[in-house]
Formats: sequence, C-alpha cells, structure tokens
Amino acid sequence: MSPEVKGQITYEIPDREIMSSGHLACPGCGAALAMRTCLKIMGPRTVLCVPACCWAVIDGPFPYSSAGVPVVHCAFETAAITATGVRHALDMRGVKDVTVIAWAGDGGTFDIGFGALSATAERNENILYICYDNEAYMNTGIQRSSATPVGAWTTTTPSQHPKEEPKKNLVEIMAAHRIPYAATATVAFPDDLTRKLEKAKAMTGFRLLHIFSPCPPGHKSVESDSIKISRLAVDTNVFPLYEVENGTHYTLSRQSKDVPIKEYVRLQGRFKHLNDQAIAAMQERVNREWKRLLKRIECSE
Amino acid sequence: MQKVLTGNQAVAWGVMCARAQVVSAYPITPQTTIIEEIAELVSSGRLNARFIKVESEHSAMAGCIGASQAGARAFTATSAQGLALMHELIHWAALARLPVVMADVNRAMAPGWTIWTDQNDTLSQRDTGWLQFYCETNQEVLDTILHSFKIAEIIKLPVMVVLDAFFLSHTAEAIDIPAMADCDAFLPPYQGDLIVDVDNPRAFGGMAGTDVYQEFRYLQQEGMDQALQVAVDVDREFRQRFGRSYGLIEKYRCEDAETVLVTSGTITSTARDTIDEWRDRGEAVGLLKMRTFRPFPIEMVREALRGVPKVGVIDRNICPGFGGIWAQEIKAALYDLDEKDRPAVYGFIAGLGGRDVTPITINEILSKTHHPEKTDRHLNWIELKA
Repeated sequence: MSPEVKGQITYEIPDREIMSSGHLACPGCGAALAMRTCLKIMGPRTVLCVPACCWAVIDGPFPYSSAGVPVVHCAFETAAITATGVRHALDMRGVKDVTVIAWAGDGGTFDIGFGALSATAERNENILYICYDNEAYMNTGIQRSSATPVGAWTTTTPSQHPKEEPKKNLVEIMAAHRIPYAATATVAFPDDLTRKLEKAKAMTGFRLLHIFSPCPPGHKSVESDSIKISRLAVDTNVFPLYEVENGTHYTLSRQSKDVPIKEYVRLQGRFKHLNDQAIAAMQERVNREWKRLLKRIECSE
Repeated sequence: MQKVLTGNQAVAWGVMCARAQVVSAYPITPQTTIIEEIAELVSSGRLNARFIKVESEHSAMAGCIGASQAGARAFTATSAQGLALMHELIHWAALARLPVVMADVNRAMAPGWTIWTDQNDTLSQRDTGWLQFYCETNQEVLDTILHSFKIAEIIKLPVMVVLDAFFLSHTAEAIDIPAMADCDAFLPPYQGDLIVDVDNPRAFGGMAGTDVYQEFRYLQQEGMDQALQVAVDVDREFRQRFGRSYGLIEKYRCEDAETVLVTSGTITSTARDTIDEWRDRGEAVGLLKMRTFRPFPIEMVREALRGVPKVGVIDRNICPGFGGIWAQEIKAALYDLDEKDRPAVYGFIAGLGGRDVTPITINEILSKTHHPEKTDRHLNWIELKA
C-alpha cells in the first residue's frame, strides 16, 4: 500500500547541549524537546526569532534565556519577517555562517503570522522557518487555531460543539509557494528530525519544518505519553512524515503502520467526547488525506 | 552638488547619504516615489543596501526591527493607513530601543479615501516613544534624515521624519546634496553595542515582570530627555560641517511680538510671507515654527512665548473630543508660566485632508488672534463650509 521508503539511514544525534535546563516548559512538552534536538543539530551559530507563543515563555524571563543562542523575541505575526530582517543585517555585516531560524507556534504560523510567512516564502528569503505545532493557542489557555484538528475540544470549541473544520494543510500551502524545502517531523523520530534539520541547514532559500508537538495540558494527555502520542500521530497517518522539494517533489520519510486512529485519540482528553461514529469519520478523513499524499508522492516519481 | 529633487527624492537621497543598510518598505501613495527612488539607488549600486519588498507596512517595520536588532542601519517610509497598520511595531521599535529611521509623508486618514495631507497619521503616534521632526523644505527633509540617524544611534530611540503630502513630497526644488565623504564624517557606520551576536548570545525583548517593566519605561523617558540636548548638538555639528541649521524650534520675527502664530510643516512657509506683510505694515506679529514634536521642547517653547500676549496655533489635524493637537501641547507647555507671562492661546483647525492653507487663510487666523474679541479661546474652525 505504501511506497517503499528508500535509503533510510540512522543519523547520529550530537551529544552537545546548546539549550540549558531551567527553561519554563511544562513537563512532557514537545516544543521543548523539539528545540533541544534542533539546537543540537544547528549548533551555536544560530539565531532564533521567536514570536508570541509558548517558547516566548519557555526561554525564560528577562534577563534569563535558556536557548544558548541569541533569541530575538518579536511580535506575534512577525516571525518570518523579523528573521528576514536579521538575515539581511547579518549579510550586510558579512556574517554568513549563521543560520537564522524563525521559531513559531501554530497560531503564529497558521493564523496571525500567515501573511508575512507567505510573503517571506514567496520572496524565497534565506531563512529556516520552524513551526512547532501543538494544534491550538496553548500559551493563552487552549483556544482553537486553524491547526486544531476536526473534532478536538478547546476552550473556544467546547465539547458540545467541538471544532467542525479540518486542520489547515500547512505543508501543501507552503509547497504551493515552490520553496526549496518543506518537511514534517516529530520529536518521536529524532533521527528523522536530525536528517531533515541537517538537510535544511545545508540549503539556502526559504525552508520550512512543520514539527508536530504534543502538549499535555492542551491535549489533556499524560506527560509521559508525549513521545508515544507523537509516534502514534505518524503511525496512524494523522501526521505523516514527508518532505517536499521545490514544491513539487514529494518523498515519504516513514512507512505507514496503518494503526487505527482510535489508538491515538484515546490517549488524549481533548477527543474524549467523541463517540465511535465520530472517530470512524475521523478515520475516514485520515484515510482520504493519506491516499492523496500517496498520489502526490507517486506523481513526483 | 546642487540637484533639483522632490521631497520624496530628498528622503531617498538622504537615506543614500546616511548609507542605510536595510530598507524594508511597502508602497502607499504619496510615499511611493521614495521607495521607487531607493530601488533605483540600490539597483544602480549607489546605495549598498538590501531592500526587502514586504507585503505590508506591518512587515515593513518588523523587517526594520529585525535588521536593526541585528546591527544594521535600517530605514522605512510610509503614510497614513500604512503608519496606522504599523502601530503595534512602532511601539515595539521604541521599547526595543532600536535606532530605526522612518519617513512619513503626512496623509489624512480614511474614510473617505484621501491621499492629501494632514497630520493626524503621525500625531496619533505621539505616545509610541519615537522622536518626530516636521519639515518645511526639501533641503530640510534631506538634512533631517541625516540628523535623525545620528540622533537615533546616540540615544537608542527611533526617529520619524515627517513631510507634507504633495506640498513637499511631489514638489521639486534645488537642494544641496552633501558630499559622501562629509556625510561619512558626520555619520560614521552604525556600531550597535546590544545587537544579535552568536558569540555573545542574548535574548532581546523577553518576558518582563512587574519588577522591571516600569524601569524600561523610565529609561525610555530618560532617552527622550537626552534627545533634547543631543538633537541640539547634532544640529550644531551639522551647521559646522554643512552650514545649515534648523533648531528644534525656530522663532521668526518674534521680537517684541504682541501676537505669535505657531505652525508646523509647509504652512510655515506661507505664514512667513504673511508675517512679513504684517510686519511691513508695522504690526507686532511673529511666527514660531515647531520642527520637533517629540521630545516636546517644553523649555524652548516657554522661552519663545513667555510674555507674548496672544498666540494662535494652526493645527492641520484634529483630536476629536479635544481640539488641535499642537495647541494642546503648547498650552500644556505654557501652563507653568506665571500668569502675567502666560499667553492667551487660540486654537485654529485648518487645511484638513489637504485643503489649501493660503495667505488668505493665514491672514484670517492672524486677524482672529491679533483681534480676538470674537475668537474662541479653545477651538476655531477656519474656512469651514456651511
């Protein structure tokens, strides 16, 4: 059913730690783990531009910072363009060996920052945009975003009226900009994340990584289940791991396990109001999207 | 070198003289010819800069903020709706203490759609922590751009250079372009000390608790206080180098004046002629040109108007629910004078939405101030249609 994934290599994750302990993330936070892995790969010659999002808090209050690299806090909707400004300034100063990363949550990416993101991608600015996606406005208390999946409870989509609309497909939209690189990843597969970060680091132009990021308080899950949940997101095809090069060349990064979506849903309180019928409808939607992705991959080859 | 330039071209040439490194801008009438000229200067290599052609004014300012935080000399330009859209980031640039310089071509706010001049766009950014200079001529525009980068980089606050739509932006006059070597001596390359540096990683703008935020604001006010002296010093240094000087305010024929008009922008030039005519007739009238809005030169204004019996303030703007904005500021500055020295201040609203302020208009305002028997002390609308 799935195309064979060729050339899978296990990547070594560097021992070095750039990010320090003492950050303010909740236990089991996928975004903290994602940053830790990201900085291990990207190294100290990295600048982070962080808009309003959980990471604006996680990094620590003035005058502290846990990232270990320069952090430019910026307004909610400006991650992509702030990073662009930093990039051009560094270029003008002759600093070429530094990677500038816009590091934003799903609200700052899918919603309020989307205009600037699209424009920055269209101009193919030389930055790496990383969206850690916890599928709602978690920092402000779990309000729905356009990254919230259909059926999910949030404080603005109460369980009597859970979110009715499907999640916006970020990678497809960004691929339509024909940017050099767009990919999905999760913290459950650090080898895959490592490979994609290394690949993105070596490229120039606009690159985007979309990282699924479990959030125990927002997903109403157990802290120790975060890795399990992010693995199941992939293995149920809810969040497939794939890459898109130049906007048209799709490649699958991991074989499907076709695990029933129920396994994923039952670990998260945000879905607990869903009955079997609703879960079956979700399964159907996931199957349809998965088939569509396979077609895109097929067309690419 | 003498060159015939419009006000907007003068902005662009000022930016070239200042060797701005990153320009991040979005087009809006009547600002567009600024960024067209900058695009030409960058494309032809006369200005070595990156021009980020963003999708909105909001991103224009965000691009400047990123660039400035990373140590580049950054510039943008806008007008009216664009300035309003930027508002969040106008605060941001000032609280982040970034020496960004922006030109705003004064244009009235919509609706109804208008491209003509008035000052409501910039004056309603009063409380954002930006310095604001209002220009009278194209030469002053170019010179003020150079002043502004220097002041901004000393005090670590952003500066807005303001010029009237069309009356300056699209009107050409011969202006003196300073030699690049002289500009470089006046304004050396920007050396920020608190900028993005991977060898000395810092976080900029992180969470501020109740224990520190008020002190950030105190330091910002302290910067504004310093700016008053720094702007005077920079103006003096500019005069020594280039032979031109503007002052934060300018007194024109104010000697023993019984009545003084207060103006800003291009209305000043028209008012100079009217004052000359009245002086020729032997009337004791004078003019105070306000070039600086923030920091408000309180002491200078007090000194200029101390003991003047009657003051008329012309406002090409309106703060609905109060009156003219310059009048409000002037009154606040004069309040602490002793009663015997405190002028009567008459507020006049004129020229909104680009309506011409002609010598006839100024004559009417001057008459109503000089003979104020039927003039409202607070708010007078001039040439209002029935």
